[in-house]
Amino acid sequence: MNNRVLSLVLSRLLIALITLVIVSFAVFFATTLLPGDTASILLGQAATPEAVEGLRKAMHLDEPAIFRFLRWIVGLMQGDLGTSYANEMPVADLIGGRFVNTLQLAGVTALFSVPIALTLGITSAMLRGSLYDRIVTVLTIGVISVPEFMIATSAVLIFAVYLKWLPALSFANEVTSLADLLRIYAMPVITLTFVISAQMIRMTRAAVIETLNTPYVEMALLKGASRPRMVFRHALPNALGPIVNAVALSLSYLLGGVIIVETIFNYPGIAKLMVDAVSTRDLPLIQSCAMIFCLGYLLLITTADIIAILSNPRLR
Amino acid sequence: MGNLVEIRDLKVEATTDSGRRVEIINGVSFDIAEGEIVALIGESGSGKTTIALTLMGYARPGCRISGGSVSVAGKDMMTLSEKQRARVRGTEVTYVPQSAAAAFNPAATIMDQVIEVTRIHGLMAADEARSRAVDLFRALSLPEPETIGSRYPHQVSGGQLQRLSAAMALIGDPNLVIFDEPTTALDVTTQIEVLRAFKSVMKKGGIAGVYVSHDLAVVAQIADRIIVLKGGEVQEVGTTEEILSNAKHPYTRELLSAFEPKPREAADTAETAPAPLLKIENLVAGYGPSQTDGLPLVRAVEDVSLNVEKGRNLGIIGESGCGKSTLARAIAGILPAAVGKIVFDGRELGRSARERTRDQLREMQIVFQYADTALNPAKSVEDILARPLTFYHGMNAKARNARIDELLDMVRLPRNLRHRRPGELSGGQKQRVNFARALAADPKLILCDEITSALDTVVAAAVIELLKELQRELGLSYIFISHDLSVVEAICDEIVVMYGGKKVEDITRAKVKTPHHPYSKLLFSSVPKLDPTWLDGLEQDPELVRAYCRR
Amino acid sequence: MTMTHSETKSARLSGTRIGYRFNIVGMVGLSIILFWALVAIFAPLIIPYPVGEIADLDYFGPMSPDFWLGSDYLGRDMLSRILMGARYTVGISLAAVTIACFSGVVLGMIAAVAGGWLDTLLSRFLDALNSIPSKLFGLVVVAAVGSSIPVLILTLSVIYIPGAYRFARALAVNINAMDFITVARIRGESTLYLIRSEILPNIVGPVLADLGIRFVFIVLLLSGLSFLGLGVQPPFADWGALVRENIGGLPFGAAAVMAPSFAIASLTISVNLLIDNLPRKIRDRSE
Repeated sequence: MNNRVLSLVLSRLLIALITLVIVSFAVFFATTLLPGDTASILLGQAATPEAVEGLRKAMHLDEPAIFRFLRWIVGLMQGDLGTSYANEMPVADLIGGRFVNTLQLAGVTALFSVPIALTLGITSAMLRGSLYDRIVTVLTIGVISVPEFMIATSAVLIFAVYLKWLPALSFANEVTSLADLLRIYAMPVITLTFVISAQMIRMTRAAVIETLNTPYVEMALLKGASRPRMVFRHALPNALGPIVNAVALSLSYLLGGVIIVETIFNYPGIAKLMVDAVSTRDLPLIQSCAMIFCLGYLLLITTADIIAILSNPRLR
Repeated sequence: MGNLVEIRDLKVEATTDSGRRVEIINGVSFDIAEGEIVALIGESGSGKTTIALTLMGYARPGCRISGGSVSVAGKDMMTLSEKQRARVRGTEVTYVPQSAAAAFNPAATIMDQVIEVTRIHGLMAADEARSRAVDLFRALSLPEPETIGSRYPHQVSGGQLQRLSAAMALIGDPNLVIFDEPTTALDVTTQIEVLRAFKSVMKKGGIAGVYVSHDLAVVAQIADRIIVLKGGEVQEVGTTEEILSNAKHPYTRELLSAFEPKPREAADTAETAPAPLLKIENLVAGYGPSQTDGLPLVRAVEDVSLNVEKGRNLGIIGESGCGKSTLARAIAGILPAAVGKIVFDGRELGRSARERTRDQLREMQIVFQYADTALNPAKSVEDILARPLTFYHGMNAKARNARIDELLDMVRLPRNLRHRRPGELSGGQKQRVNFARALAADPKLILCDEITSALDTVVAAAVIELLKELQRELGLSYIFISHDLSVVEAICDEIVVMYGGKKVEDITRAKVKTPHHPYSKLLFSSVPKLDPTWLDGLEQDPELVRAYCRR
Repeated sequence: MTMTHSETKSARLSGTRIGYRFNIVGMVGLSIILFWALVAIFAPLIIPYPVGEIADLDYFGPMSPDFWLGSDYLGRDMLSRILMGARYTVGISLAAVTIACFSGVVLGMIAAVAGGWLDTLLSRFLDALNSIPSKLFGLVVVAAVGSSIPVLILTLSVIYIPGAYRFARALAVNINAMDFITVARIRGESTLYLIRSEILPNIVGPVLADLGIRFVFIVLLLSGLSFLGLGVQPPFADWGALVRENIGGLPFGAAAVMAPSFAIASLTISVNLLIDNLPRKIRDRSE
């Protein structure tokens, strides 16, 4: 039996690897093969054709795309993320600190949202059809249907403009005390928590309700089990796979939410860096940021799938 | 207070799609004495499970107990609070479900689930409960009683799970056990062992029971009294003896007569020399990737040969997993055979349907078991029947219309049904449309794969009668695949018995009572009879049972 | 004959009552959607001020009888700009969702029916595409080719093709496993017939609901991109771009910041409400 689990896990990892190759291919070609000559853009309109040609050579732009792709991939694997077009600094240096900032933001958000969302999702499934359940459902639909920037602007309006509890903007480099830390993280974390919790609550609720409708939960009822026992002993262990999946998917949604949130709160993270890079067409920087995001997403989804495989009792 | 159970004027309501309330149980009353086993019998939708569940004060979601009283051991289940009901469930009244495979939690061990009742109600210490469970496993003649509890539900067979669920129901020392079609999903050879185990445990403990089933013969073996239900109302009540030998109500008689269909008059072999229609030689078929020898990894059908003659019927019988359906799919070209020859009407057919001509496909039709999935739910009956007419015969609208009416007449369906969709038809009507579609092709041979298995007994008997009539009118041949010996006996001239992918015996109609092969003997003797003493009097060679049963 | 008695009886009894149940919440959702659709079509005829005209002396003016939703950072009438913005938000999203769902559903059905290597290849590739977060994909494309309305429509549809494909394929695989498909196959029917006549009619309902959900996603993504300045470019403005233009008014709590957000929310919430409360066809068998 364990061999089957192992081979399933291995094949899942292999799929993740193949996906990663396809994704890096897509990212690279989307950024370099589409129209617009990088060299002439970099040098501006006044550049002579010779200068453009020279730069093209220096940047290996005259080589076939596939060689450039391989060169890029090999560089990535050796930790060489390339050099920024905009300010000629190594991309790795630009990303380093900001990557940590984004991770901190994501981590704090996950710390808050996962327990909140699971509690709300499971309890509303248990009390399906009650007023509480209907309120939770309506709120989650509302939050899901609304763009992230609306939640962010509303948060600013409420907490910063009307209540004046928190500053509207974040500057992670000015932290001097715990209070500062709280005030700085509060707004982005509140916004992101709302955004990803809504997804997680909906999916968790659906997963738990599905297992509550199974014959073995009905059997537990006919054995005289109490409602909590039916949920915690019989439904939840079997809903574990879907719930982990819901958590992973929602956390991956952080990646998208963080782009808006970092921009709106001026938070010096990797997403903000990328948005800025887009406006300067700094391709190496964009590529590296994009790869980091894709890698994060793949990591989450693959982990969730593997946990689902391991938690499947039929594979024991 | 003489009776353990007293149900008076019970009413249950269900809410339909449109929010309308419909009574599905209309004023049912009956009693059960201490230690008595009462059977609730009826077709699907007769309300038998719904009534049984009210004994636990439970109605499935969407249903509501709306009137009457259900008293068990002096307690009225309707007036108890939910907490008090929970205290009764598992201790005084317990439940053995139809599908034990679905009723066991896949994430917990069997032992944990069997002794859960004692844990919930604080009946005894865990160690004591465990040793009691092992005793029950032994009493229910489960293999390896000491260790079977440590396995997970997916690691034991269906027949074993069914008995384990009985152990789960018995551990709380109940006064009343509800059996909800507990053997319906089992093969006949397995059913015997399970029935025997149930019967002996119940009699020994003097426990009262409610046995819900659609199968009169099974019920006859275990019940003291039978209650016949239809449309949520009691039709007839009597002792098992009375019901079987002296049924009063017309519906009960219908049920009884459906049980033993009239055998087909033998084809007149004297007049016409048998002309071969289909000849299968050494056919091998299966699933999974091809091995180096060109055979599939899992061989579901191994080296089977058979013959069908024009105007005659061949029955293929066997238990689940014996390869009978795979054989049908290989003959039809759905699952191309790996090895073997299929000669149809004098010409060899391609193994895959794709290699066959349109006419070859037309002349051999297949009808599947579940009309629900065999008919496109998005199309009307008319469209379903029209397609083969256009496709094979190129008929224009007018000719099609006339032919559809003819086809509906042939399968005894009213013509105005043509505008309905399958979802608006009853099970029997759907199966008739399913069959009419095959007739629309004007075939010479129809493969019928378990076509009556999903139907209620009375409806199934009617479908069999229809098939016989059509054969007389149209000179068709059938290959009739079934696990049900009585159905095959009723319609076939020759019977092939399959076991483990192989053909074990070829039986002509005359010899059907005296099969030769040991497995055929076992199989034929395992079919329950409408005789209350049948199970107790049945003697089966334990060697044989061990060799052929996956219990 | 003992047979047909019970069957004909049940046939007579099962007189079917067919009707539709459409609850009030769904109706409200539908009316708001229709309202925005009409606004998108007739916007130029109903706007009180030309969109580019600086009509108010004040910038970030409050709501007033002259300017129902106040004025923007240049003193332009906000109501007129939102009504015109509906054209871009609704139009672009509708075009993108149509392309995405059409391609996704067609590919999904082909993959399900054909099976084998074609299915594996398509699924693997589109799954990989799906594992690029959507906003990121938008960013990368805009960085590479710039942002024009056709590019936006194409990008948005490419982002949502994998989802539509996956959804349609899962449905079609289920249908494909049904016996009536096997029956049609061994009748000798072509793949085209299977897809068009046997599978499509059975998945069209869920596919339309999925189209609605995907429309919401696209509206949100488009607004997000525009909010980042990567979507609809000036002088045109969709609702997301209107929020971006006026974000400077946030500290004053100006109507110009929240009004376009509320427009987006009203549209997306309505679609969700409609999908959750679709009119249900009832086949109520009176038994």
